[in-house]
Amino acid sequence: MNQSEENKKKVIVRVCIGTGGLAAGGKEVIEAFKKAIADFCVDIDLDFTCHYQKVGCRGFCARDVLVDVVDGDTSVTYQGIKPDIAKRIVEEHLIKGEPVKEWLIDDSYHAFHAKQLKILLKDCGTIDPEDIHAYVKVGGYDAIKKILSSMIPEDVIAEIKASGIRGRGGAGFPTGVKWEACRKAPGDVKYIVCNADEGDPGAFMDRSIIEGNPHSVIEGMMIAAYAVGSNLGYVYIRAEYPAAVDRLKLAMAQAHEMGYLGNNLFGSGFSFDLRIKLGAGAFVCGEETALIASIEGERGMPRAKPPFPVQKGLWGKPTVINNVETLSNIPYIIRNGAAWYSSIGTEKSKGTKVFALTGKVKNTGLIEVPMGIRLGEIIYDIGGGIIGDKKFKAVQTGGPSGGCIPAELLDTPVDYESLGRVGSIIGSGGMVVLDETNCMVNIAKFFLEFTQAESCGKCVPCRIGTKRLLEILDRITKGLGREGDIELLEGLCAGVKSASLCGLGQTAPNPILSTLKYFRSEYETHIREKKCPAKVCKDLLTYSIIDAACTGCGACKRACPAGAISGEKKKPHRIDPEMCIKCGACFDTCKFASVDRE
Amino acid sequence: MVKVTIDGKTATVPEGITVLDAAKRLHITIPTLCHHPKLSPFGGCRLCLVEIKGVPRPVTSCTTPVADGMEATTTSPNLENLRRTVLELVLSDHPNDCMVCERAGDCTLQELAYSYGIRENRFEGERRTYAKRDGNPFIERDMEKCIMCGRCVKVCEEVEGVGAIDFAYRGFKSKICPPFERDLDCEFCGQCVAVCPTGALTGKLWKQKGRQKDVREVETTCGYCGCGCNLTLHVKGNEVTRVDSKAETLNEGWLCVKGRFGYSFIGSTERLTTPLIRREGKLEPASWDEALDYVAGRLKGIKEEHGSDALAGLSSARCTNEENYLFQKLIRAAIGTNNVDHCARY
Repeated sequence: MNQSEENKKKVIVRVCIGTGGLAAGGKEVIEAFKKAIADFCVDIDLDFTCHYQKVGCRGFCARDVLVDVVDGDTSVTYQGIKPDIAKRIVEEHLIKGEPVKEWLIDDSYHAFHAKQLKILLKDCGTIDPEDIHAYVKVGGYDAIKKILSSMIPEDVIAEIKASGIRGRGGAGFPTGVKWEACRKAPGDVKYIVCNADEGDPGAFMDRSIIEGNPHSVIEGMMIAAYAVGSNLGYVYIRAEYPAAVDRLKLAMAQAHEMGYLGNNLFGSGFSFDLRIKLGAGAFVCGEETALIASIEGERGMPRAKPPFPVQKGLWGKPTVINNVETLSNIPYIIRNGAAWYSSIGTEKSKGTKVFALTGKVKNTGLIEVPMGIRLGEIIYDIGGGIIGDKKFKAVQTGGPSGGCIPAELLDTPVDYESLGRVGSIIGSGGMVVLDETNCMVNIAKFFLEFTQAESCGKCVPCRIGTKRLLEILDRITKGLGREGDIELLEGLCAGVKSASLCGLGQTAPNPILSTLKYFRSEYETHIREKKCPAKVCKDLLTYSIIDAACTGCGACKRACPAGAISGEKKKPHRIDPEMCIKCGACFDTCKFASVDRE
Repeated sequence: MVKVTIDGKTATVPEGITVLDAAKRLHITIPTLCHHPKLSPFGGCRLCLVEIKGVPRPVTSCTTPVADGMEATTTSPNLENLRRTVLELVLSDHPNDCMVCERAGDCTLQELAYSYGIRENRFEGERRTYAKRDGNPFIERDMEKCIMCGRCVKVCEEVEGVGAIDFAYRGFKSKICPPFERDLDCEFCGQCVAVCPTGALTGKLWKQKGRQKDVREVETTCGYCGCGCNLTLHVKGNEVTRVDSKAETLNEGWLCVKGRFGYSFIGSTERLTTPLIRREGKLEPASWDEALDYVAGRLKGIKEEHGSDALAGLSSARCTNEENYLFQKLIRAAIGTNNVDHCARY
């Protein structure tokens, strides 16, 4: 770079390379910008230099790739950017100074953010996760410096207790109380474990935090370690999260280089180091005792508690296991104070919670909301309502351990107690929105398929009980449901819930119990009338042609893979029910709505 | 010592023991399937669930340590309902072919099904089916009968220190198998067979050799080595059909492959019944007196002709310490040489 170039103004192009951003082509977009700039440089002497900044997940994954163009004090955000649009933005915006209107963020972007309160995700979408200086610049590692220079461990624990933060992994155990128990447990060697084995279907909160702001997790672990008296931490992270693993490794290397990890940190005498343990994809390893077994090289199988990990954990030593999101909150609590943190949220659930908002909602993505926000606000204000303006049916929270909450309970505040009262849980933060085209029996079956496949096999109720629950659900969706199946489900659900060893089995029946509670009639219709009201369960559907509406165009006949449709041109066609495989191709193909699905 | 109350009975028991052990001391029986007193607690079968005052959900008595002032209930309509559900679930994934099962009459699962009167099963469904293929000579593994109690895994790991088998797969398909599902290739000590509560693991040697009620038990000592493990021979007619060992013996019921499976020689027709003396290149039957006189005469002759050091004694690991002591005494004092050694050195 020559002297004249250094004097030019700097324009920053900020591109989201979170999981959603990468999948939508974030890296290609950066390359496209670089190429466009280089191409223009040949002909024109540009009056600016362009800098690229990669940032973690910004949340609005539905509109990825999101690109900010920062020119001095003004920042313009684009959405839905593909590599081929980069050239236009360079030409019209960067060179001519006219933002490309059709790709600018719209009202849905503002609506998506209006009711959110971003603490963890604030830095996630603005700093380069691959540069420790970016984190330091926004106050990173100030919290650990502060406690090392001015606080004794007991003060740190008191502060965390006062903040009211509860574990974000699902159970909602008060973090400060856990730390205190570990601090008081006898023993010289103690461990901090970060549980990054996020496995709920559709959940990507922890992944996004590590990918977008890995240093906040490291700093959180350092603070926890100082508070309980530990010098070594493990991050147990899924091998299926390669980007998160890479960024965490890079972050650790940079922290080592800066002297933020290692011996005698900041001259305080406190030493802390980290190790990464890759999980091999077992959902049950998110359960803390199974996680410990897995780190120790054993098969990931839970064991009975007590003793709790804070008494006897990893390698038999007192161990604190906190979830990624919990740990990521810690530096912000220390920096801004417990009073600030506890001013957010409800009486018993403090702070914010990150959710992965997915399903039939218009604005899907990663959101951070204050505890106590109503479910309806999340779905309609942040989520923008249901795709195609269909009727909302239920929202499934807490993944396979959670439940389905119906429309009449959309006023329920999102906090640990309230969601528990309506038969669901906050869980780790999955939130799947379902509409009228979702069959609730089928949804319950989906989750049971998951929990059954992920059961570790140790205890009978979970290993065989969930299998039998799944079999009953399966026969109901196939039209083979029997009178008494609902009662059988209820009885077995109760048994599995109270007799299972760990949280996986104890909560596995929740999707069934909550759908039975709020959508019992759907089960009854499946069993008694052999019909699926949402028209999802294939075996319960019959396709026929409405003679009056059929124009005899033959499109359905051509689409039918089973050759089940016959008929002459311009005359009503007919579906042979014996040959029909119920694939729905005719239904989807017919332009005249003359195929009836019952 | 802590004070606990179980089903209304109060006792003072040592700290650290489990509720299950405390109940045993009070002569209260709690049903179990996966528990084994000599192995670390597992907590998988969920039959030993008990209610503890102040604890919101039932806990397994085999894993829960007693605490001072603890009040436990081992039976209630809720607990019995849970136990029944668990048993029905286990039986719904079991061949239920007790009529031809080697363990009939000696099977914990069968006993529990009997005492809970389970004939109908609400949870009939898919059963695990496995091809029976195991090329080993000693242990029959019928994994369809396995209830995944994990006792075999633990005895192999904790008692034998071998770790030849472990849990594999997940969910309904989980099973216990050797690495990569190969044929079992281990020491074949058979401890897994000894602790298996069902017919999943049995000895190939005693297949269809008779039910428990047909056998006479004969207590004896193993002759294979100096350990002197206590054996229980299962004798049917005049044939040893099986070897076992009881938990209350000095070897705590544990045996090795020789002791447990090496008994077919007992009934062998090739077994020597009298001493043999080789005369003119041919082995001929002789009495013990004849044989011993012959050996003593030859030893004396060699000693006189060539001196004591021309002789040496080599002893066997099958002898006890006492026998080995006497043997070296014989060689040193009677023969007069220090040329004495033991096979374990070679």
